[in-house]
Amino acid sequence: MTTSFYLAAAVALASTLMVITRARIIHALLYFIISLFSVSIMFFVVGAPFAAALEVIIYAGAIMVLFLFIIMILNLGAEAAAQERQWLTPGIWLGPSMLALILIADLAFLISRGGVYTNGLYAVTVRPKDVGIALYGPYLLGVELASLLLLAGLIGALHLARRNVPEEGEDGTGIN
Amino acid sequence: MAPVSIDNGLMVAWALFVLGFIGVLVRRDLVFVLMSIEVMLNAAGLAFILAGAKWGKPDGQVMFLFILATAAAEVALGLGLVLRFHHKFKTLDTDAASKMRG
Repeated sequence: MTTSFYLAAAVALASTLMVITRARIIHALLYFIISLFSVSIMFFVVGAPFAAALEVIIYAGAIMVLFLFIIMILNLGAEAAAQERQWLTPGIWLGPSMLALILIADLAFLISRGGVYTNGLYAVTVRPKDVGIALYGPYLLGVELASLLLLAGLIGALHLARRNVPEEGEDGTGIN
Repeated sequence: MAPVSIDNGLMVAWALFVLGFIGVLVRRDLVFVLMSIEVMLNAAGLAFILAGAKWGKPDGQVMFLFILATAAAEVALGLGLVLRFHHKFKTLDTDAASKMRG
């Protein structure tokens, strides 16, 4: 269990180091997803399975897809095809897949040992039920504030991302 | 089994945060800056989860949920700003916007 934690921590540090040193955004994105997966395994090992699932679903799923959208939107033009060909060389995905293989081995080890869910690192696993009870009990005001924050983010993103070029049709929807 | 000491786990969170901070300081690409901020938020969430697991309380995971909501709102706004930046300056270099108009 301790070995799994430190292995995941090493993968997280290595992939995050790769994130901030890559030249191209999409390579950094690949390494960042690996970093999020390893942090998720660290959550799982210390007895926070709910947070581990959310880390994969929201961070590695939703937020990274937003970054992917931006890369796709901004990479319009003639050089995009040449870049595409360059990205598909085998050397690019070798590093992330090696780190991902280490994580898969780590996860397989954890699953094969069994009883991870009831026997966490500190012998206490905080279940999703406890998190829900705390979230809608003492932290109810925080939940409301988070919903306000997300609404503000939604409106702000809609306002910022509209292109207000006059000849491109201001139809009031903000979506062109 | 020997449990992971909380010190080592917090050292990992600290190292991740420092890596994200270095990324913010060093990189000039706006998307990289946003990604480094995500690394920093993630490291803060890791620290909260470790502390919550240490005491066996759900409060750490609740704070992680709030950090997650903050990160989602931040990245939506930040990427909207990146789009505006790219439309205006035709680049993602932050130095392109270093001059004030006033």
